[in-house]
Amino acid sequence: MSNALNMNDKLASFNDDSAEVAGRSLWQDARIRLMRNKAAVVSMVILSIITLMAILAPWLSAHPFDEVYWDFIQVPPNFAEGFWFGTDENGRDLFVRTLYGARVSLMVGLVATTVSLVIGVVYGAVAGYMGGRVDNLMMRFVDILYSLPFMFFVIILMVIFGRNIYLIFVALGAVEWLTMARIVRGQTLAVKKKEFVEAAHASGVSTTKIIFRHIIPNILGPVIVYMTLTIPQVILTESFLSFLGLGVQEPLTSWGVLISEGSKVMESAPWMLAFPATFLALTLFCFNFIGDGLRDALDPKDR
Amino acid sequence: MAGASSKLSCATDGHETYNEEGSQKERANSSMFSYILKRLLTAIPTLFIIITIAFFMMRIAPGGPFDQERQLPPEIEANILKAYDLDKPVYEQYFIYISKLLQFDFGPSYKFRDFSVTELILSGLPASFQIGGLSILLATFIGIGLGTLAALYQNQKTDYAIMGVAMTGIAIPNFVAAPILSLVFGVYLAWLPVAGWGDGAARNLVLPVISLALPQIAYIARLTRGSMIEVLHSNYIRTARAKGIRERLVVVRHGIKGALLPVVSYLGPAVAAVTTGSVVIESIYDIPGVGRYFVNAALNRDYPLVMGVVIFYATLILMMNLIVDVIYSFLDPKLRVGA
Amino acid sequence: MKIKHFKNLKASLLAISVAFSGAMLTTADNDAYAAGTLRIGNMGEPASLDPHFVSGTWESGIVGNLFLGLTTEAADGSIIPGAAKSWTVSDDGLVYTFSLRDHTWSDGKPVTAQDFKLALQRILKPETAAGYASLLYTIKGAEQYNTGKAGADALAVEAIDEKTLEITLSGPAPYFIAQLSHYTAYPVPAHKIEELGKNWAKDGNMVSNGAFTLSEWTPNAQIRLEKNPRFYDAENVSLDELVFYPQEDRSAVLKRVRAGEVDIQTDFASSDLKWLEKNMPDYVRIAPYLGVYYYPLNLDDEVLKDIRVREALAMTIDRKILTEKVLKTGEIAAYSFVPPGTGDYGSSPEVSWKNMTQKERVAEAQKLMAAAGYDKSNAPTIKLSYNTSENHKKVAIAVAAMWKKALGVKTELFNTEVKVHYDNLKVRDFQAARAGWIADYNDPQNFLSLMESRNTSQNYANFNDDQYNELMRKAELEADPVKRNEYMRQAEVIALTEVPNIPIYHYVSKNLVNPKVVGWVDNASDIHRARYLSVK
Repeated sequence: MSNALNMNDKLASFNDDSAEVAGRSLWQDARIRLMRNKAAVVSMVILSIITLMAILAPWLSAHPFDEVYWDFIQVPPNFAEGFWFGTDENGRDLFVRTLYGARVSLMVGLVATTVSLVIGVVYGAVAGYMGGRVDNLMMRFVDILYSLPFMFFVIILMVIFGRNIYLIFVALGAVEWLTMARIVRGQTLAVKKKEFVEAAHASGVSTTKIIFRHIIPNILGPVIVYMTLTIPQVILTESFLSFLGLGVQEPLTSWGVLISEGSKVMESAPWMLAFPATFLALTLFCFNFIGDGLRDALDPKDR
Repeated sequence: MAGASSKLSCATDGHETYNEEGSQKERANSSMFSYILKRLLTAIPTLFIIITIAFFMMRIAPGGPFDQERQLPPEIEANILKAYDLDKPVYEQYFIYISKLLQFDFGPSYKFRDFSVTELILSGLPASFQIGGLSILLATFIGIGLGTLAALYQNQKTDYAIMGVAMTGIAIPNFVAAPILSLVFGVYLAWLPVAGWGDGAARNLVLPVISLALPQIAYIARLTRGSMIEVLHSNYIRTARAKGIRERLVVVRHGIKGALLPVVSYLGPAVAAVTTGSVVIESIYDIPGVGRYFVNAALNRDYPLVMGVVIFYATLILMMNLIVDVIYSFLDPKLRVGA
Repeated sequence: MKIKHFKNLKASLLAISVAFSGAMLTTADNDAYAAGTLRIGNMGEPASLDPHFVSGTWESGIVGNLFLGLTTEAADGSIIPGAAKSWTVSDDGLVYTFSLRDHTWSDGKPVTAQDFKLALQRILKPETAAGYASLLYTIKGAEQYNTGKAGADALAVEAIDEKTLEITLSGPAPYFIAQLSHYTAYPVPAHKIEELGKNWAKDGNMVSNGAFTLSEWTPNAQIRLEKNPRFYDAENVSLDELVFYPQEDRSAVLKRVRAGEVDIQTDFASSDLKWLEKNMPDYVRIAPYLGVYYYPLNLDDEVLKDIRVREALAMTIDRKILTEKVLKTGEIAAYSFVPPGTGDYGSSPEVSWKNMTQKERVAEAQKLMAAAGYDKSNAPTIKLSYNTSENHKKVAIAVAAMWKKALGVKTELFNTEVKVHYDNLKVRDFQAARAGWIADYNDPQNFLSLMESRNTSQNYANFNDDQYNELMRKAELEADPVKRNEYMRQAEVIALTEVPNIPIYHYVSKNLVNPKVVGWVDNASDIHRARYLSVK
């Protein structure tokens, strides 16, 4: 969709921007530049469509998501009966189940990623900025959490709090932030020696303010890249939680569960894998391109 | 079983810098040494905390090692619990465990009753190291190459194509990619064995190595692209930018060391995670590695084996993070540890 | 255990680079094994090869080729003389005298009556902590010894001379001869155990008296067995070598069967059946199997303590749809608890409503629910627990749909991993749950004892019926097989009327056997000893 010319356009636009940016806030500016990124815009449109379909799922299909049709067990896509994606091993409509799966997976992907993002960024930035003994202690704490057997953590959560869909977010978010914290800490160490941070420090700006105003905005690039890598991870890990009994429970479902079921029958019932996998892949591509677009738009060096 | 293991994929790491002041080389060397020593010493209490938490955590979880479809009569279960000291209070078991650990006795496996934990882990390591090592090597070279290429052609067709392939590597989970590979190359084309270890023969390694490397390639490519773009956007390269791709390549070659820092720090924990195997890959390709124990030991409530893999993995993580920090100082003198 | 993987590292690096360049287009060499080799997808890594620590069918499949019990299995799974060439039974059915066959361990030492005695003492010794020791409680003094109430001399097993063994039972147990073919009763080489301790069962150490000996055990990779030239019937053993692959992933093993890497797969997913019947029908071996898949109902539960509710739930499960449309692998709809064809039980008693149509059953069930004070709008919610597995999930979803449609009962599906599931059953933290039982030996008592109130570990429903207990007790003391069966049949009728457990279907064994394997006979015990098999 683009070529060398596009690159030059982009360069030109950088120059334009730098002439005008004084009057705009960081976020306004970023939004305008994001909207100029075709891939990102197309991705946002596709994601909105998927989200809308997930919300409207009950009205889009002729079949309820938990209705069992004994005479249509594991049939390939059948338009006459309204099974557009075929049915699963219990004779339930895969189309509506894929959309219901989207509800869970999109929510898990977004919420768990956000949880990991918030904890990870703050934790990492504090550790990196404080440095020394505090940093060392905080990072060893991360190492400890990293080494503990995740499965027992999940099972214990379930025992203490009972089965609850919100626990998925907690369980996933609580683990995924570790990696984010490490990245952020590393970036912070590099950024905190830059002149503008030292200047802020010298002029008596408070630590909190430095971290939130000067450090975090300048490390968003790698954070966003890693965030887009976290989304598929949490979506797929959710199916493991379901295996342990913490994730979504039948008759509800998620893309992770649908895909792991489909992978077992990929030859005898390929539609059971193909449709949910396509939806997942499409969604991840969209998140990826939006992430890249955001990264470009927020890159302070481009501003 | 679904695709995740308790070692939830791999950690990515930012730059780890230790920026004490000073510049003399001799001083740097000696402080490097004392730095490593210090880190090694702190590893011991860290490990101890991990052992303690893991030990009690797994005891809180419901289900015991001898709960099964065929429940044991209480008197039989009593015999077994006694044989493994499981009839004693948990804190007492903890002290027994620690005192044995100090003599490097990791205990017997509850599930595999003919073997000790040490025997099981040692017998699984060669296969895991072999497959994991090859995968991570492959992933590093291909990943960095693709990532650099994508960055050079940022937001152009090449970039989209490469990142598309990379995202596919991430979006298709292992438990889908591996069966497809063995179906195509093992069953349909019959070029390679479907599964089996074959004492580590090369033809048995190809598919598992590729399956394990695919998502790693994707991760490394994504990270490389990101940091490479940062390098490309840095001031000295921006001035050179107008001169065309060829010159920029030259510049990149100079900047690549710095751009690789995040990738190197990613590789630390990644090496730990990948070389300790993957339960998915091992069960699909029938590889006698240690990866399966991370999940199966926990599912079986094989307490000593769980502790064994936790200690093993924690040690590896701590060591890899230390190595990463040390490698930093060789890659980028500005980040020299204690320099 | 062999650690020899590193030496190939360099070679593999090289070969991988070659493979990547696309040059490695040779055909896989599937005939690398000698013609006399049988390769078996074993579906699980053995927890042990020491018969006293074996606990599952996948281990039994290996160990049963290594050791020979007093009795053993024929090709069709029936019980025939093994290490004992003959035996006599006292009139009261309590004292068995075995005359041993002249044969040796694989190291040439003779197998003696003393070996059997020491083996039985070893498995029953409390410190051995053998999980399956309780199966041998039929022997007089076994339970007392195993539970620490008596010493080893209480065990009524005597080596009269080198070749004569006498075993006294605590009660007449017509199934005792069948029980002796079980791995718990295998002889173990006392002289080797004394020398090597717990390492005796590893490769290089193990000595056995069966048709094969252990030549290699690489955990999680493979187990190799070689023909034992000292086996008493060695001239009739055709195979030279057995290779067991411990791989658990059923669809992965299926691919190996298709590629010709594996000859026998001991289980496959029912979802693959349609494909298999179309593409490799001559591999598929499905046979009835002595096992029952059932849902225990917690009798302590407020809702389920009402027998009308239990019966309504049992009646509204349409077993025909379940077996024919959902499972589709030939499973047998269960209207009794004991599987048909068990021992000499004859046909099991069946539920009274078996001959109604499903429509009539539903109508009847609705009446029962109405009598219990429920209708469709205020039907109870029932939590149905199962351990995570495709199959259990499929059945649970189907049952939930049937209950909802017929009775309006809402079902909360509750899955956990297997350890948590059985822990919940043990402490009776469930309403309805999934459970299953595969026979240890071919006798109805093995199934019916699950509902005796003294069976604290397996009577999940907490069924406690005096009459039932009394009948089972009588059967245990009865030497006459006809009367004994009658007592058990009366007991089963009670169990079916009181519905502590809902029997759902009887298992089938599902094997894939390469047509070039000769001598395979489908049987209800699903035991196929390799001494009877050969490869074309």
